[in-house]
Amino acid sequence: MTDVLMPALSPTMEEGTLSKWNVKEGDTVRAGDVIAEIETDKATMEVEAVDEGVIEQILVPAGTENVKVNAPIARLKGEGDSSSNGAAPPQSAAPTASPNTDEQKTVSPPPGTGGGGREADGGGQPAKPASEGAAPLAKASPLKDPELPAGVKMVRVSVRDALRDAIAEEMRRDGDVFLMGEEVAQYQGAYKVSRELLQEFGDRRVVDTPITEYGFAGLGVGAAFAGLKPIVEFMTFNFAMQAIDAIINGAAKQRYMSGGQVSVPIVFRGPNGAAARVAAQHSQDYSAWYGAVPGLKVIAPYDAADAKGLLKAAIRDPDPVVFLENEMLYGLEFDVPDDVDFVLPIGKARIRREGADVTITAHSRMVGLALQAAEQLAGEGIEAEVIDLRTLRPLDHETIVESVKKTNRIVTVEEGWGAFGVGAEVCQRVIENAFDWLDAPPTRVHGEDVPMPYAANLEALALPTVDKIVAAVKAVTYK
Amino acid sequence: MARAPANRAPTKAAPKSATPKASTPKAAAGKSAAGKSAVNGAVAAKGPDKAKLLDWYRNMLLIRRFEERAGQLYGMGLIGGFCHLYIGQEAIAVGMQAVKKPGDQVITGYRDHGHMLAAGMDPKEVMAELTGRAAGSAHGKGGSMHMFDVAAGFFGGHGIVGAQVPLGCGLAFANRYRDNGQVSFTYFGDGAANQGQVYEAFNMAELWKLPVVFVVENNQYAMGTSVERSSSETHLYKRGVSFNIPGEEVDGMDVQAVAEAGAKAAEYARTGKGPFILEMKTYRYRGHSMSDPAKYRTREEVDAVRKTRDPIDHLREKMEQLGYTDEEAMKRIDSDVKKIVADAAEFARTAPEPDPAELYTDIYAKA
Ligand SMILES: Cc1ncc(C[n+]2csc(CCOP(=O)(O)OP(=O)(O)O)c2C)c(N)n1
Ligand SMILES: [Mg+2]
Repeated sequence: MTDVLMPALSPTMEEGTLSKWNVKEGDTVRAGDVIAEIETDKATMEVEAVDEGVIEQILVPAGTENVKVNAPIARLKGEGDSSSNGAAPPQSAAPTASPNTDEQKTVSPPPGTGGGGREADGGGQPAKPASEGAAPLAKASPLKDPELPAGVKMVRVSVRDALRDAIAEEMRRDGDVFLMGEEVAQYQGAYKVSRELLQEFGDRRVVDTPITEYGFAGLGVGAAFAGLKPIVEFMTFNFAMQAIDAIINGAAKQRYMSGGQVSVPIVFRGPNGAAARVAAQHSQDYSAWYGAVPGLKVIAPYDAADAKGLLKAAIRDPDPVVFLENEMLYGLEFDVPDDVDFVLPIGKARIRREGADVTITAHSRMVGLALQAAEQLAGEGIEAEVIDLRTLRPLDHETIVESVKKTNRIVTVEEGWGAFGVGAEVCQRVIENAFDWLDAPPTRVHGEDVPMPYAANLEALALPTVDKIVAAVKAVTYK
Repeated sequence: MARAPANRAPTKAAPKSATPKASTPKAAAGKSAAGKSAVNGAVAAKGPDKAKLLDWYRNMLLIRRFEERAGQLYGMGLIGGFCHLYIGQEAIAVGMQAVKKPGDQVITGYRDHGHMLAAGMDPKEVMAELTGRAAGSAHGKGGSMHMFDVAAGFFGGHGIVGAQVPLGCGLAFANRYRDNGQVSFTYFGDGAANQGQVYEAFNMAELWKLPVVFVVENNQYAMGTSVERSSSETHLYKRGVSFNIPGEEVDGMDVQAVAEAGAKAAEYARTGKGPFILEMKTYRYRGHSMSDPAKYRTREEVDAVRKTRDPIDHLREKMEQLGYTDEEAMKRIDSDVKKIVADAAEFARTAPEPDPAELYTDIYAKA
């Protein structure tokens, strides 16, 4: 007798809905028969029998939600030969790697409002010097999140759908906006971010490309020269390395080297950084790479509201924007204002948690870890101020510096490698602008200085953790 | 080792008329510049040799059963990340293996488990790599997409679509540089065939007459995109035309056809004539990776291939017609393979994870 177990169907799946049984108790099945259908947040999948036998008992009825991976879902009576059935006793299954299981609980809903002047157009900031690196500190950041219209409803939306909504709304608003990339149309997106866009906008505006990143990224840049507003999706940013010349030489430098004649209103977007167990070539964080390039704007949001408001800003922006998403965040839900005019300013950090003892900066998925660490530290009497950078270039160092002047300590957190990284840049800005306020050395938490290993235990060691952040904070607060 | 004199001084680019379909493997072998059969293990002219066919059958079955089990271990959470199964494509790795000589190199993409097994890698080490254990072929550091056995000439498992093609030409460049008579077998998919660097590599390969055989595993889909939806020229063996690289379409579901075409192409490359393209028409039965629901094709399409073109069934029928199968022997192969796979799975499940200190090793050469 064999237990048929709930299968994991993707690197990040932990549970799913058993939507349908195609067999009933007493049925004989053969290897390869489709016995059930399972729904994950990405797709509906068929489950094939691996062994021959008779379905003795269905343990999980059709329609059951949140069935954990590896839970027995049916019992199969086979014909002897135990070596032909691989379903081992459920307890022998290894834990699936899931670095972010706890994030969901600790997410603080975005405050939703910012107050102050409206910046419907996001982006364009004439007051800022073009140079990022040695930018002198402006007196006060002129950028503020827009005030929301009175009575606006907040709705729970996943990061995935928030991105989708941003694209759809901007495509409705502007006929020059189009989406292009691998599997964005018929497949509905490799990670389902472009779900139903083909149906609404057709294949003129939602374009499946061959696997030819350098080619289609360059083609997108050319289309932007001609005034279209391409959204170029990279299935993941790992593959944008194939296209990096189009992004940097093709897009970022054009306005400058044409003396202002050429505009490149393009968005390069897709998941960035490590997913789970996809090893060295599929797990790189490119924040620092793009953050180093004048002519680019670089955005890396954490929650769904920021993802939506900033992607809309990016699409409207007249300059090339690199928009770094994170696969591990796609399924998380947050409150998002139900307002098509909700557009956030590029270049403005968000203080996610106030605190007087230490400043923690983070972006993208690391914001979740930083908030968790802050909770834990609060339990020990240390109040951390958590700043979500949201935009890496232009970096809102004013907000960071103001915070450090209050807390006198800074810990930066990033998923990527530390060397020449985002944290290094943030710390240097603090040193330049608040040296006399510092009571401890600026400190970085970052991914280990190694290519991403595949083995579950090594992968866990390679990435930043809540514990590492807590330890760094304790070091700078001398606790 | 057949050291081809032509290797030294490449013939002046002999104008190649279209695609050389005429020469049979026998003729090709006969024309070997070294004057002896250059093709170790090419199908003998007089008829298929029984031991060879049985061996191919066994190796294809091993890959099939191994991959089924890998799929199962993935479902149990023992294998993580992306896992691309080779089911349906077994005849290619197995048939081409027969063409390889010691010292030849192989390089491919992420759909690499079958290539490792065909090359004779211990299934335990392959499975243990899949579960991320220290005993795995890359000590758990690479996983499904990054398998290596450099001692056996297998230069990996690469995750960036198309990027292995110039690397494979680099292996061939080294062969020519050293004039060692070895060939690089460089595999890629139909989707990869649209990457620009493939054509940069094609040009150099022909320009410098590099001993490389490009093996396109055309399983008709790149993730959810069919060849028709991604390619202006869907006959991928013609993709070398503007570089003067000959190409040939091969039934990649027929292990004998693969071995024959492979022998001819390898001979061509080995004797200094330059690169050759083999387009293997094949099919993957499973989704692109474990997380692909494969809604872009019908179940009927998959079933039809399984029923009419399955490489393992096909060879078995052929052997039956030749009277090469006796009930006993086939049963033994079956149960041997099952046991090997079950043992590999058990090993991979229980073998220890890498030591944490391994996180920082292998980044640079040991001082
Ligand atoms: C440069 C790059 N772009 C995209 C991907 C994502 N991806 C992985 S496999 C694949 C499909 C490749 O199809 P094909 O070359 O036909 O090989 P097959 O998977 O069919 O063996 C894609 C798009 C990648 N790994 N690398
Ligand atoms: Mg393919």
